[in-house]
Amino acid sequence: MAGMTPQENLLAPESGAVRFKEYRLMARAFRRDPLAVASLIVILLFVLGAIFAPVLTPYPEQGRGAPNILEKFQPPSREHPLGTDYLGRDVLARILFGGRSSLTIGFLVVFIAVAVGVPLGAIAGYYGGAVDDIIMRITDMFLAFPPLLLAIAVAAALGASFTNAMIAIAFTWWPWYARLVRAQTLSLRKLHFIEASQSIGVSNSTIILRHIFPNVLTPVLVQATMDIGGAILTGAAISFIGLGVQPPTADWGKMISTGRIYFIERPWYAGSAGAAIFLVTLSFNLLGDAIRDVLDPKTRRAG
Amino acid sequence: MMDDILLSVEDLHIEFQTYAGTVHAVNGMTFDVRRGEIFGLVGESGCGKSVTGLAILRMVPEPGVITQGTIRFHGENLLEKSDEQMRTIRGGKIAMIFQDPSASLNPLFTVGNQVVRVIRQHLHLGKKEALERALAMFEAVGLPEPKRIFHAYPHELSGGLQQRAMIAFALSTGAELLVADEPTTALDVTIQSQILELLIDLRDSQGVSILLITHNLGVVAETCDRVGVAYAGSIVEAGATDDVLFDMKHPYTHGLLAAIPHPSRRGQPLQAIEGSVPNGLALPPGCPFHPRCPKALPICQTQPPALISLGAGHFVACHLYAGQKES
Amino acid sequence: MTTSPLVEVRGLKKYFFSRQGLISFSERKVVRALDGVDLAIQRQETLGIVGESGCGKTTLGRTILRLLTPTSGQILFDGEDITMLKGRALRTYRQHMQMVFQNPYSSFDPRATVLQSLAEPLKTHTVLRGEALVRRARELLQQTGMPGDILYRYPHEFSGGQLQRIAVARALALNPKFIVLDEPTSALDVSVQAQIINLLQELQRSLHLTYLFITHDLSVVQHISDRIAVMYLGKVVELSPTEALFDDGARHPYTQALLSAAPILDPELRRKRIILPGNVPDPASPPSGCRFHPRCPLAQDVCTRVEPELKPLQDGHWVACHLIESHQQEEF
Repeated sequence: MAGMTPQENLLAPESGAVRFKEYRLMARAFRRDPLAVASLIVILLFVLGAIFAPVLTPYPEQGRGAPNILEKFQPPSREHPLGTDYLGRDVLARILFGGRSSLTIGFLVVFIAVAVGVPLGAIAGYYGGAVDDIIMRITDMFLAFPPLLLAIAVAAALGASFTNAMIAIAFTWWPWYARLVRAQTLSLRKLHFIEASQSIGVSNSTIILRHIFPNVLTPVLVQATMDIGGAILTGAAISFIGLGVQPPTADWGKMISTGRIYFIERPWYAGSAGAAIFLVTLSFNLLGDAIRDVLDPKTRRAG
Repeated sequence: MMDDILLSVEDLHIEFQTYAGTVHAVNGMTFDVRRGEIFGLVGESGCGKSVTGLAILRMVPEPGVITQGTIRFHGENLLEKSDEQMRTIRGGKIAMIFQDPSASLNPLFTVGNQVVRVIRQHLHLGKKEALERALAMFEAVGLPEPKRIFHAYPHELSGGLQQRAMIAFALSTGAELLVADEPTTALDVTIQSQILELLIDLRDSQGVSILLITHNLGVVAETCDRVGVAYAGSIVEAGATDDVLFDMKHPYTHGLLAAIPHPSRRGQPLQAIEGSVPNGLALPPGCPFHPRCPKALPICQTQPPALISLGAGHFVACHLYAGQKES
Repeated sequence: MTTSPLVEVRGLKKYFFSRQGLISFSERKVVRALDGVDLAIQRQETLGIVGESGCGKTTLGRTILRLLTPTSGQILFDGEDITMLKGRALRTYRQHMQMVFQNPYSSFDPRATVLQSLAEPLKTHTVLRGEALVRRARELLQQTGMPGDILYRYPHEFSGGQLQRIAVARALALNPKFIVLDEPTSALDVSVQAQIINLLQELQRSLHLTYLFITHDLSVVQHISDRIAVMYLGKVVELSPTEALFDDGARHPYTQALLSAAPILDPELRRKRIILPGNVPDPASPPSGCRFHPRCPLAQDVCTRVEPELKPLQDGHWVACHLIESHQQEEF
């Protein structure tokens, strides 16, 4: 083992690790990025809109699905800012309520994927050997499933529903986190502090919990943020083909599916749903980008 | 005697703007490299030696900025050259080799391919002549079986061979100055001695001047003609190797040498310099070494010492010698 | 009366098998990192291990500490055979033997405070908690020359030397008898290196510690070690008291070449350089017979066929070389 140059590189801290004290600096860098702030605001608006939907719209029952045939196909007006749909329901109300299913899918799918994928990846990377091989082969198997086809299969087997759509998507999402965390874990193992804990006699499970998890947090966080947008998109696609949320529950994907037939003459229905999906997905992507830029000291701009 | 000097760095200042503040990596670095000599730029971490090496080739990474000073090569200030001109100089007249040769060689191309490409780019030779020149260079750096190495990929070579290939690469275009940044630090001791012998040989047979950047005083003692000791971004002492290492003037040089284990001092505690190298974000006022200096005077706390000549090419930046300045 | 050694290693072998996948019939590469090492480390001594890359010195340290499981051979700690210990039994022994690593920055969890890092060994093996734990942490820091008020700082806030002191403090937390120091000063500046070496020697005296000091820096190992073992490709080729070795006492051709290659400041100490041809060979395919024979300037026919054993010369000086046995070796 030949020698190392004594280097104290002030500008390059260890990979993946976050300094708690630098949170303030990071928050400041974040605030300076207009796209980051904008995307955060948009997301917050949609989330709050979804949570407080019944209060925000004068037509909560229509949002939930109650028809209003007399007013069907109304273009945007004072009473209905986004018009009404084919059953006369206020489109804005439908969008707000639709946000509930879409955002729920987004957050829950990613949550499940992280909860399953991160521990598996950490275990695979930490123990190596046969354990690693087995977990990785299982991961590969799941990676081979395209989300939509799996959703169709699950729907065929268990029936089309919101929950089943969620399970189908999560099924195909967790392998990415397993891979990501495994790679991070492998590079962490090259550092000595894992060995140091081992030489102290700390049990393997404690090492994984206390030392590996906190240090893989950063890339997982970035990936998860961007994936929420992706999950929403996939959820919309599944609803679009009719396998997810069932009517009369509002859902953006479903809205596009039913609304596309008369899109040319009455674009406000499918259009608003499409715009909502677009805005939310874009915002999560931008937010993920911003978080990554802020957490990576190299791209963080000077104070 | 002025045309004896190949490279002249004067009062170089380099800053890095980071989120934590301004890092003063180089603060008034001044030294010369003469034709046909090996000059050692030696110092510990934070002394700015590596950044200085990069600055000579105008390759200081972002967010570093050269804020002051000149770097003259053959009398011309490199800092004023255009990008176009620097591209001709880089690799052509001044070449650089690094600590990790595997990081400098493209893993996708054979070693020979890379050397030939660079030769043709700078010297505009035909394929055949470039090939011949490359092989000649490989032999000159002591690579065994030059033809086999020519067709090898970098990862197929050991560390020592890679470093030799790097040196061949660097000198293949007839560079006059080689900047070597810790070229042997990552190598085993027995291989290290081979490479150092090679550098000395290149100086003797090809007249190459070498700026050897290192933290290892033993390496300096055995290979360098002259040496400059750097601390916290500036030169504190410079001169002929024997003068600086055995007739040292600056308290830091003294402390550095006293801290190295010597068999005569076996069994006694080593003489450590108290404290640690200052952080580039917050350099002490006056002389950067004064907080750790056993001989600090009151003036050291406020006034940075200028580099003065003590005669016979021996320079020191220390208030203790203010009265001995040679006119 | 001789007391028994604290650590003894007999015929220790550690091979690394590269996995070629679950379904593969191609040859597996076997890296013989340690290929039969015999050593005895006496109580309160510092045994230095030197060698170049691939010699196995790092593997030796880790295997003795049971961070790796030996392929064969024996490890005895304080008379007890710990070679195959696992789980709880092994963990009990961990208190007695600790390690300090080369790079202080990578030997601490970057997201843990100094207190958390120091508390880890204490929480794992003792019942100290709360106030008592904090007090003990401060004590440890004091012992290694660090102020007690740094408990809530993070590793990256310290310089290499300071962090290495904290690493030593952590190693002392459980009052170990034996510490493996794996290149503890190689990543530090010279001036800081001196501080750490002084600290280590002081602690050895006051706490009666035994050190295994692994390094490639010959001037450092000469200063701190009582005895030195030179390793080459997984075996010990020479073992000698330090002074004897450096006072022109090296007998193995590799040791002589190694000592001559190190760049030395003091011209009076410099030896005529013996430049070895070739490179350090691959530990996955060591040469036949004496592993050093392809590069040895004195290689004889027997060296290509038979592996020399470590044999005693005099006064605790052991060498593994055919030429020494038959008294055929000349001085360079």
